[in-house]
Amino acid sequence: MDNIAIKADKLTKRFGDFVAVDAITFDVKQGEIFGFVGANGAGKTTAMRILCGLSVPTSGTATVAGFDVYKQAEEIKKNIGYMSQKFSLYEDLTVMENITFYAGIYGLSDKEIKDRGAELLDRLGITAEAKTFVGSLPLGWKQKLAFSVAVIHRPKIVFLDEPTGGVDPVTRRQFWDLIYEASDRGITAFVTTHYMDEAEYCGRVSVMVDGRIDAFDTPANLKKQFSVNSMNEVFYQLARGAKRKAD
Amino acid sequence: MSAITLDNITKTYNKGTVLAVDKATFEVAEGETFGLIGPDGAGKTSIFRVLTTLLLAESGNATVAGFDVVKEYAKIRDCIGYMPGRFSLYQDLTVEENLNFFATIFNTSIKENYDLIKDIYVQIEPFKDRRAGKLSGGMKQKLALCCALIHKPRVLFLDEPTTGVDAVSRVEFWDMLKRLKHQGISILVSTPYMDEAALCDKIALIEGGKILSIASPADTVKKYPGKLFAVKSANMHKLLQDLRSYEGTYSCFTFGDAMHLSFKQDADADVSKLTAYLTAKGQTNLEIAEITAGIEDYFIRITEKLNG
Amino acid sequence: MNTAVLKQLFAFIQKEFYHVFRDRKTLLMLFGVPIAQVLLFGFVLSNEIKGSRIVVCDYAKDYGSQEIIRKIEASKYFKVQKAALTHDQIEAELRSGNIKMAVIFPDHFYNDLSHLNKAQIQIIADASDPNTATTLTSYLTSIINDYQAEALAQTNVSQTIVPQVKMLYNPELLGAPNFVPGVMALVLMLICAMMTSIAIVKEKEMGTMEILLVSPLKPYLVILAKTIPYLLVSLLNLAAILLMSVYLLDLAIKGSVLLLFLESTLFIISCLALGLWISVGAESQMAAMMTSQMSLMLPTMMLTGFMFPIENMPIWMQGISYIVPSRYYYTIVKAIMLQGLGFSAIWRETLVLAFITFVLIVVNIRKFKIRLA
Repeated sequence: MDNIAIKADKLTKRFGDFVAVDAITFDVKQGEIFGFVGANGAGKTTAMRILCGLSVPTSGTATVAGFDVYKQAEEIKKNIGYMSQKFSLYEDLTVMENITFYAGIYGLSDKEIKDRGAELLDRLGITAEAKTFVGSLPLGWKQKLAFSVAVIHRPKIVFLDEPTGGVDPVTRRQFWDLIYEASDRGITAFVTTHYMDEAEYCGRVSVMVDGRIDAFDTPANLKKQFSVNSMNEVFYQLARGAKRKAD
Repeated sequence: MSAITLDNITKTYNKGTVLAVDKATFEVAEGETFGLIGPDGAGKTSIFRVLTTLLLAESGNATVAGFDVVKEYAKIRDCIGYMPGRFSLYQDLTVEENLNFFATIFNTSIKENYDLIKDIYVQIEPFKDRRAGKLSGGMKQKLALCCALIHKPRVLFLDEPTTGVDAVSRVEFWDMLKRLKHQGISILVSTPYMDEAALCDKIALIEGGKILSIASPADTVKKYPGKLFAVKSANMHKLLQDLRSYEGTYSCFTFGDAMHLSFKQDADADVSKLTAYLTAKGQTNLEIAEITAGIEDYFIRITEKLNG
Repeated sequence: MNTAVLKQLFAFIQKEFYHVFRDRKTLLMLFGVPIAQVLLFGFVLSNEIKGSRIVVCDYAKDYGSQEIIRKIEASKYFKVQKAALTHDQIEAELRSGNIKMAVIFPDHFYNDLSHLNKAQIQIIADASDPNTATTLTSYLTSIINDYQAEALAQTNVSQTIVPQVKMLYNPELLGAPNFVPGVMALVLMLICAMMTSIAIVKEKEMGTMEILLVSPLKPYLVILAKTIPYLLVSLLNLAAILLMSVYLLDLAIKGSVLLLFLESTLFIISCLALGLWISVGAESQMAAMMTSQMSLMLPTMMLTGFMFPIENMPIWMQGISYIVPSRYYYTIVKAIMLQGLGFSAIWRETLVLAFITFVLIVVNIRKFKIRLA
């Protein structure tokens, strides 16, 4: 149990007649970088919401950081970090104010906030920008800062929802360096992305199609299984057959 | 005549404190698909807005379909199609209502130009009574393209049409653009996805408001200086660190399942020496091969220089 | 306008109505709020009107006074108590709330009436509840008019009874009958200015404004198409408010309905222009709403005169009130609805309102952006 971060068994979510998530079964190991890919509308967002304790599944079971998604949503929230491309930091607060705010939400003490904040700024090399408004930082810095803030409370798992959308190629790779570092520190990363080259960076990848998980393995094994050279082709072969395109 | 010309266009915001576009100059030939490739914040949208007559540039000249963007803005608005970066249709109107509305304000009807949008429209027609806000990303994008095409524009402006759209829809979208090109429509398209650049006739790489390179995709990658190698091993994360600390390394970045490695000078590109170094570092299952650079390699190369 | 332009305009207006009818919040704002406001004030109005206790002091005790008292007693609105009270006693009774009104027939009432063809009746009402006071006074006046008409038919001599109305405690009669014109100003301001500004800012927020600007659509068409639906909805609301005040609140429109509608249309146009003006500056729907609230709704409530008498305000506030369009509209509506006056009585206010509207339109045409920034 200790080395399993997320476990889902026949997890299902229905909205009326519509099965958004259709009996998905998978597990994520502690410290693993887990790629969660799928076409728009395949059910990724719904599944992720359940795992973050924001939505109750219709049937099936799932535990996140050892806590049950039905009964222990509050415990789950304390043990995860979350970052998305759409919502990350408050643009009208300074870098340090954002850090203090998020760390405060997770109940870190003033001393912890000060120490970890300084460490975070140092690691990103932006100590001089502590009093700069986030709105005036370059996009790449914002994304890296957002990630570091999302793991400031040292969660067991961090959920990253399309974290690198629109980011320049160099920053995108620097961002992945951060994910690797977090993984080395034992933090599990659960990542969704539209860049299929990024799927290659993951330990294991699950591909969702029409609410199901149609493929689930390491990138190397998936490529072997589909006899192709890239994750892009794996994804294309799987998602091309999807029926649910308008949803 | 060129579909679009830009001559030293500069655009700033906040009373000149933020430089969004810095003396951009390029030209799009009639019937050409021209890609503006760069990350968010590079200045792509500002260029689009200047060309679609939505914003005035501080300096420089620009024309679209032969008309000046400042003096003849009304004529430009008659003959262009524009798909802004974010979904800009009425979410509370159905697919059909949206299309009808845009057809009418462009003084045309769906029937009149049906053959132009037919290929795309048949894919969303089953959902014509659905509210636009309830469509998936790929479907929204197709509807937006239909709306931008409904009046048979001479020049089509597509600002990041594939952002946030899944890989399958992206491939479909580019297929549609290919067909539009055959209809003789000139297209200016922007994207942060480097792999899409290869599908354009010509591309301009842009970063920090500056146009860094203008050439066909094939000629763009030929500009890559020196040799490039793909390196794989059993422990990829450690491989990156090992390669970066190698004395001959100019730069090393992950590309999918391999590391792309460039050297300070061609003399450093010694595979046997590198193999020995990596083996000594404990790397196993090594694969090292020389490769041709892609557009992303070139982009990283020239922006790295830019950033210092 | 050629047919192509008309077609564009029509398609645009149709789209606006889709927006309105598909959003419950907008619908509620447009139709629920006005109705609720009128009903709210209407409830206050219609309260305790029937069987109001009044005292009749008949010092004349002649044929005429008896006749009128009989008519008053027959009315369902009054519960009559006859007593010869002094002025002080009447005031004490009014103050204690035992009676709502006192009617005093002076000595020689009928004598004066039949010989001088003119007599007086004194009416003293408690205007601390102005709604009841005015309503009761108007009922009583109509009974007296009734009597006069009958007398005229019988004798063929025109006799005039002059009711001398004295309002105690709140002589300016600031109250609910004045609320209806006030509510009209408020509701029209709300719908026209706030909803129009929100509707335009929404296009900016959604990014659709970009597409509209890039289209061959002429900017004036965007303005027309955005305002016409709200003009129509406002007129509809106006009709609903008037119907409700006539049938639910028994508040008759004394003057010309046509004139009332024409003046209202002028006011609506000024409000639409204000809404457009706000939409130019505001970047989000929230900002548009806040600006409308602060710069339109508050002045309309505070500086129009229907809640607080303008005369009692500090000079600088009185100064501001001169540029608030609803102040003029309020005066106009009061004159037409409550006093039954014609255009000759309100041409000054109309002129000022027209001038403000004109200035606002010019400002809007000057400020309207053909580009994003």
